[in-house]
Amino acid sequence: MPFASPSEFVKTNVIAVQDYSVLCARAIAALFSPPLYLGDIFSQMDAIGFGSLPITILAGFFTGCVLALQSATSLQQFGAISMTGRLVSLSMMKELGPVLTGLMVSGRNASGMASELGSMKVTEQIDAMRALGVDPIRKLVLPRVSATVFMLFFLTILSDAVGVAGGGLVSVFMLGLNGTSYFHSTYRALVYGDVVQGMMKPIFFGFIISTVGCYFGMSTKGGTQGVGKATTQGVGVSSGVMLVVDFLISRLTIGIFGR
Amino acid sequence: MADEQQQRQDGPVLELKDVSITFDRDKVLNGVSFVVQPGETRVLLGPAGGGKSVLMKLVNGLIKPDTGSIKVFGQEITTMTEAQLFEMRRRVGMVFQESALFDSMNVEDNVAYRLNEEGTATEEAHKRVQEALDFVELGKAITKFPAELSGGMRRRVSIARAIITKPDLILYDSPTGGLDPITSTTIVQLVVKQRDVSHTTALMITHRLQDAFVLATHRFDTDKNEMQPIPDHGVDENTKFLVLNGGKIVFDGSTLELTHSEDPWLKSYLS
Ligand SMILES: Nc1ncnc2c1ncn2[C@@H]1O[C@H](COP(=O)(O)OP(=O)(O)OP(=O)(O)O)[C@@H](O)[C@H]1O
Ligand SMILES: [Mg+2]
Repeated sequence: MPFASPSEFVKTNVIAVQDYSVLCARAIAALFSPPLYLGDIFSQMDAIGFGSLPITILAGFFTGCVLALQSATSLQQFGAISMTGRLVSLSMMKELGPVLTGLMVSGRNASGMASELGSMKVTEQIDAMRALGVDPIRKLVLPRVSATVFMLFFLTILSDAVGVAGGGLVSVFMLGLNGTSYFHSTYRALVYGDVVQGMMKPIFFGFIISTVGCYFGMSTKGGTQGVGKATTQGVGVSSGVMLVVDFLISRLTIGIFGR
Repeated sequence: MADEQQQRQDGPVLELKDVSITFDRDKVLNGVSFVVQPGETRVLLGPAGGGKSVLMKLVNGLIKPDTGSIKVFGQEITTMTEAQLFEMRRRVGMVFQESALFDSMNVEDNVAYRLNEEGTATEEAHKRVQEALDFVELGKAITKFPAELSGGMRRRVSIARAIITKPDLILYDSPTGGLDPITSTTIVQLVVKQRDVSHTTALMITHRLQDAFVLATHRFDTDKNEMQPIPDHGVDENTKFLVLNGGKIVFDGSTLELTHSEDPWLKSYLS
C-alpha cells in the first residue's frame, strides 16, 4: 500500500467525519417525520436486544464475581472487607456495566451492521432501494440506531443487576460475608449522581455503536474485501470512540455531581 | 399546473447538457449532452468502463454530476433534495447491471417492494406481482429467494420489479450481460414488448451489438405474442443509438445513421 501524503490523509479523515455527522443528523431528522418503519425497529430490537442477552448476562455476572473476589483481598489489608459490596456496586453501576455491555454489543452488533449494510452496498441493494423510492437512512439506519439506544439502556441495567448479584454470591459463599449487609452496602453506596452517570452512558454508547457501525457499512467500497474491512473498522472505531466518550462523560458528571 | 403537466408530457423525457463527473481524478464523463424524446428507446453502447452505468445512475439521481444539467420529465434534478428525487423516481423504473435484488426477501416481496411501500392492499399487490411475473414468464418462481434463481431469472425478476408500477421511463443496465443467446433473446423480446405494447420511454445499456440490432429490426406482434422481424429490412423508428467512448458521446442518431457511419473508430467498434 502506498503512503498517502499528509494533506491527503487529513482530507479523507475530515471528509469521513463530515459524512458521519451528516448520517447522524439525517438519522435523527428521520425520527421526527413519517414514514417510521416500526416493523423494522421491532425486529432490530429483537436481534440486538434479545440476541445480546446471554452474552451480556454472562459478562455482567462474572465481572461482578471477579470484582468482589479481587477487591476483597485488597480491602482486607485495610480491614475494610465489609466495603466490598459498596465497591462492587459503584464500579458496576458507573463504569463496568455500561462499558462492558457496550463493548459486547459493539463486537456483536456494530460488526453485524457494518457487514450487513456493507454487503448491501457493494451489491447495489442500497442504490436499488433508493431507486425504488425508499430512503435507506430511514429504512436501515434509523431502526438500528433507535433499537440499539433503547436496548443497550436496558441491557446495561440488567448487567449492573447481575453483576451486583454475582458479587453477592461470591461475598457470601466464598468470602463468608453477611448477605444482608452486602446488599445493604451496595444500595447505600449509590447516590443520585452515580445513577445519572450510569444511565446516561448507555444512551451515548448505543448511539455511537450503531451510527459508527452503520456509517462504515454505508460507506463500504470494493467488494467482499471491502465488507471485511468495514466490519473490523466498525468494531474498532466504535469501541475506541465509546471509550473516549466514556472518559468525557465521567469527567463531566464528576464536575457536576462531585463524584 | 395543467400547462406544466402538458409541457412535461410533450417535452423531452430526458435532457442532459454538458454533464461531467470525476471519480478519484479520472474524468469518467466529460461534457455529455443528449436528449431522449417520449416513446423513444435509446440504446447506449460503448466499451467496458466507458461510464455507461455511471450515466444511468446520474439520470436517476443516485449520484450527482460535478457540472452540467440533467432534466428528467422537464425538471432539473441536479439541484433536487433527496426527498424531491424520491418523487421523481416514482415515475422511473431501473434494472441494475447485477440485478440488485434484495437477497433477504423472496421474489414476491422483491417485486412488490414499491407497492408495499405505497401501502397497496395485499390482494391487489399479489395480483399485480403475478401479472408482472407472468409478463417476464416467471410466474412459478414467486416464492423463491434470489439465491435460488439463475442469473437470467434474476435479471427478469429485476425487470418485473422495475415495470410493476408502469413507470414513464425505464432504465435497463445491461439486461443481457453475461447471458446465453437464448435467454438474451427472451429479455430483448421483453424490452421490445415494453416498447411496442406500453410505449414506455427507455434507456438501455448493452454490450451485445446483436441484441441492439435485434431491438432495432424487430417489432412485437401482439397476436402471436412474440417479436417478429420488421419486413423489408425495415427498422423501428423509435429505437435510437448513443455511443459513449472515453467519457464522451461519439455517436447520437438513428440505426441507419449508425450502420452507415464513416467514423473509423465506430466502424471498428461495430465490426
Ligand atoms: N462509485 C465509484 N467510485 C469510483 N469510481 C467509479 C465509481 N463508479 C464507477 N467508477 C469508475 O467509472 C468508470 C466507468 O464505470 P461504469 O460502471 O460506468 O462503466 P460501464 O461503462 O458501465 O462499464 P461496463 O460496460 O463494464 O458495465 C470506471 O473506470 C469505474 O472505475
Ligand atoms: Mg456498467
